[in-house]
Amino acid sequence: MFNRIYDWIDDRMDITPIWRDVADHEVPEHVNPAYHFSAFVYCFGGLTFFIVLIQILSGMFLTMYYVPDIVNAWNSVYYLQHDVAAGLIVRGMHHWGASLVVVMMFLHTLRVFFTGAYKAPRELNWVVGVLLFATILGLAFTGYLLPWDMKALFATRVGLDIAGSVPFIGDWIQTLLAGDDTIIGAQTLTRFFAIHVFFLPAALFILMAIHFIMIRRQGISGPL
Amino acid sequence: MSQKITRRQFMNYSLMGVGSFMAAGVILPMGRMALDPLFQEGAEGDMVTTSVTIDEITEEPMQVDFTFEQQDAWYTSEVTDFAWVFREGDEIIAFSPVCKHLGCTVTWAADDNNPERFFCPCHNGLYEKNGNNVPGTPPTGPLDQFEVGESDGYLTIGQVIPNQLV
Repeated sequence: MFNRIYDWIDDRMDITPIWRDVADHEVPEHVNPAYHFSAFVYCFGGLTFFIVLIQILSGMFLTMYYVPDIVNAWNSVYYLQHDVAAGLIVRGMHHWGASLVVVMMFLHTLRVFFTGAYKAPRELNWVVGVLLFATILGLAFTGYLLPWDMKALFATRVGLDIAGSVPFIGDWIQTLLAGDDTIIGAQTLTRFFAIHVFFLPAALFILMAIHFIMIRRQGISGPL
Repeated sequence: MSQKITRRQFMNYSLMGVGSFMAAGVILPMGRMALDPLFQEGAEGDMVTTSVTIDEITEEPMQVDFTFEQQDAWYTSEVTDFAWVFREGDEIIAFSPVCKHLGCTVTWAADDNNPERFFCPCHNGLYEKNGNNVPGTPPTGPLDQFEVGESDGYLTIGQVIPNQLV
């Protein structure tokens, strides 16, 4: 049944080369944990991607209940966590995944650094990786505010003060992020929400696409 | 039974099984969360006391406002609704003003040509005094009723029920 549907589409679209190109490629011996167990360090990039996928999925479902408004944000989070079935699990996935993705990304960065995989001709991919690092940290920072609890408020106060300490343009950055000179409030929450669910994910998708296309074009770096 | 599976097949089945299990672990909680409104139990509605005494109610339908507390997920609010209330013999009837065509609000005797009927201005829907929809006008059924009661001489209003008169 499934095969016949696949064949019907493949006859017309010739999709086999497309997914082969994406999924079907050799894994060199030195990155295969079946040969050398220590090669598990090469899994951290893939694990980062896997957790990012979970973050995207769980985030999409959380947005069904969350509302970015100073009156209702905390209440809507409380409702989805306590009164919606499995809401606790989905919020838990997003909460713990947020920390895990930063950890995995950091381990991936360490692996690339210590195996020297950033060297020519892969310097550009390291640069894109650093941009991805910043994007993920931005997502972690903006997501922190959204539950609108005390931890969120004070973490954001600290973050905004750090942004404000940038020489010359710090005040402008701080006002642009918070939406107001002095208040961390209604406009801060809507701005952080927009950044968290639209702007940064858009940047993330583009950067990840570039990151992966470059890996396929340049191949995995050789053994140490 | 004699058909053997190869190592490769065994590997494929194992990977597919483990993969499906992991995917299900991710998808199921999210699916359950999204479907939650289907499984939420409706709140039991209490009777709401209005400011109209039973004695005031005549055979002419009158608009009776009532206010109740509505719990909408994380949002609690005071909602004001109204009913068309009149006396029919010994009984007190309270009609929901929601038109059975597309949900506009019907008014008693609002159309000069039909002084003894409920009228919906959106698409000229008409109902008899007993709530029955007039054939040839858009509504597809009779007006719903409210449960009614009495508390210390005042009219109380409860849940919406199907029309009992038609």
